[in-house]
Amino acid sequence: MDGAAPRRLAVGPSSRPRLARHARLKFDETRERWVLLVPERVLAPDDIAVEILQLCDGLKTVDLLVEELAVKYAAPKDEIAADVIALLQDLADKGFVIGAKESVQ
Amino acid sequence: MTPTLISAEPVLRDPNDGIAVLERTRTVAETFGIPLAVLAELTHRCPLQCPYCSNPVEMERANAELTTEEWTRVLTELAEIGVLQVHFSGGEPTARKDLVELVRHATQVGLYTNLITSAVLLTRDKLVDLADAGLCHVQISFQGSEPVLADRVGGFRNGHVKKLEVAQWVRELELPLTVNAVMHRQNIHQLRGMIDMAVELGADRIEVANVQYYGWALKNRAALMPTVEQLDEMTAVVDEAETRFKGIMEIDFVIPDYYATRPKKCMGGWGRQFFNITPSGKILPCHAAETITDLDFDSVRSNHSIAWIWQNSEAFNRYRGTGWMPEPCQSCEFKEQDYGGCRCQAFALTGNAANTDPACQLSPFHATIFKAAETEAAADQRRFIYRNFAGGTLEKDEPA
Repeated sequence: MDGAAPRRLAVGPSSRPRLARHARLKFDETRERWVLLVPERVLAPDDIAVEILQLCDGLKTVDLLVEELAVKYAAPKDEIAADVIALLQDLADKGFVIGAKESVQ
Repeated sequence: MTPTLISAEPVLRDPNDGIAVLERTRTVAETFGIPLAVLAELTHRCPLQCPYCSNPVEMERANAELTTEEWTRVLTELAEIGVLQVHFSGGEPTARKDLVELVRHATQVGLYTNLITSAVLLTRDKLVDLADAGLCHVQISFQGSEPVLADRVGGFRNGHVKKLEVAQWVRELELPLTVNAVMHRQNIHQLRGMIDMAVELGADRIEVANVQYYGWALKNRAALMPTVEQLDEMTAVVDEAETRFKGIMEIDFVIPDYYATRPKKCMGGWGRQFFNITPSGKILPCHAAETITDLDFDSVRSNHSIAWIWQNSEAFNRYRGTGWMPEPCQSCEFKEQDYGGCRCQAFALTGNAANTDPACQLSPFHATIFKAAETEAAADQRRFIYRNFAGGTLEKDEPA
């Protein structure tokens, strides 16, 4: 048992995030848009959020995926890092994004 | 490039309704959309006898239940029309021998699966099979924080201890766990203990849900209705726990709407996002809709498709949107926020399902029901009428 200690991922540049088993990103053919399916909710990520989540493969570090996005969007790395970490931390706090190290499967 | 996530919750608490972004065309979304989630009540059989059960008082028998073949056809059809999530519920869904097969089929057709269970019939092997079949989420109901009260409420000996054991297996198998804490006058003093229990079990989420008073719960209202003081105490406990467990466990809080000033947006609006399938295949706008006695429901056993029923069934269209509303709803600025509240509650308490939900302070019945709730809570009658196929059994003795 985990007890009361925080067990969520604290997202930082060296984290290697991926979606938890119960957070499923899928293209919804009926509504013609991406959705993130989680317990009791359907989340509707925008195009950028989808792009970030698709990069979260449990192998790439946050630092690396920020760099990829910075090049692609020709935007300052710091700005992108702040947005990416905010999004991932929000999902990590809810248990939808986990770190590769925590992965068992 | 700030990314955004918009949430559309099958259990609606969020006033920011996500349906508009989940629809292709705004015009459709304004009236009703493609259903997001379906509650599949596989059976009304259940070893527990909770006095607030959400099943109808007239339950469907085992011989009326849909077969495995019928459910698999239904699940395929749901995925085809754009349903994203299916909640396997009951009764007790694990009482069905084909549950693993149904979860596997739902997964194969792309549905996100949730199991809403009392847990007392589960073995570890069965849970492993369900996880392997693709089950995404497990929701276990708890009746208290300690066995004496919890087992009395559930009317099932040793249920509480069994639930704790199953909850641990759920976490060992890395399935996300929601603890469903159903709250009423006789267990509110254990809320703090239930929240701590959920954290200790490693739950991702706890639903602190006050009993909603239809069907069995309405029969038991005098034994269940909290006092105003208890509601304040609950709110304080929840607020404190939300701060303490931020980032560890999510807490969702559903207040009893008898004490609200505005009605809840029941089901996200009648026939807008969700529907329910009964054990025998009737398609209902919500699980309590059969309490409205003058509505007829179409079945998956009819020669209509589920899509046809969703779009054309009289039971869905009667209270859909805002056109049906009388005053004070019709001219109300909140009519598209709460869709007039709950039709079943309006019917149960005023005799007319088209009336404004009396939970709304603008309803002429509001003062009367609030007064009734206060009086019943103060009288503190404690004996339960236990849920069963015989129409209910009164608890033998007045509890200590």
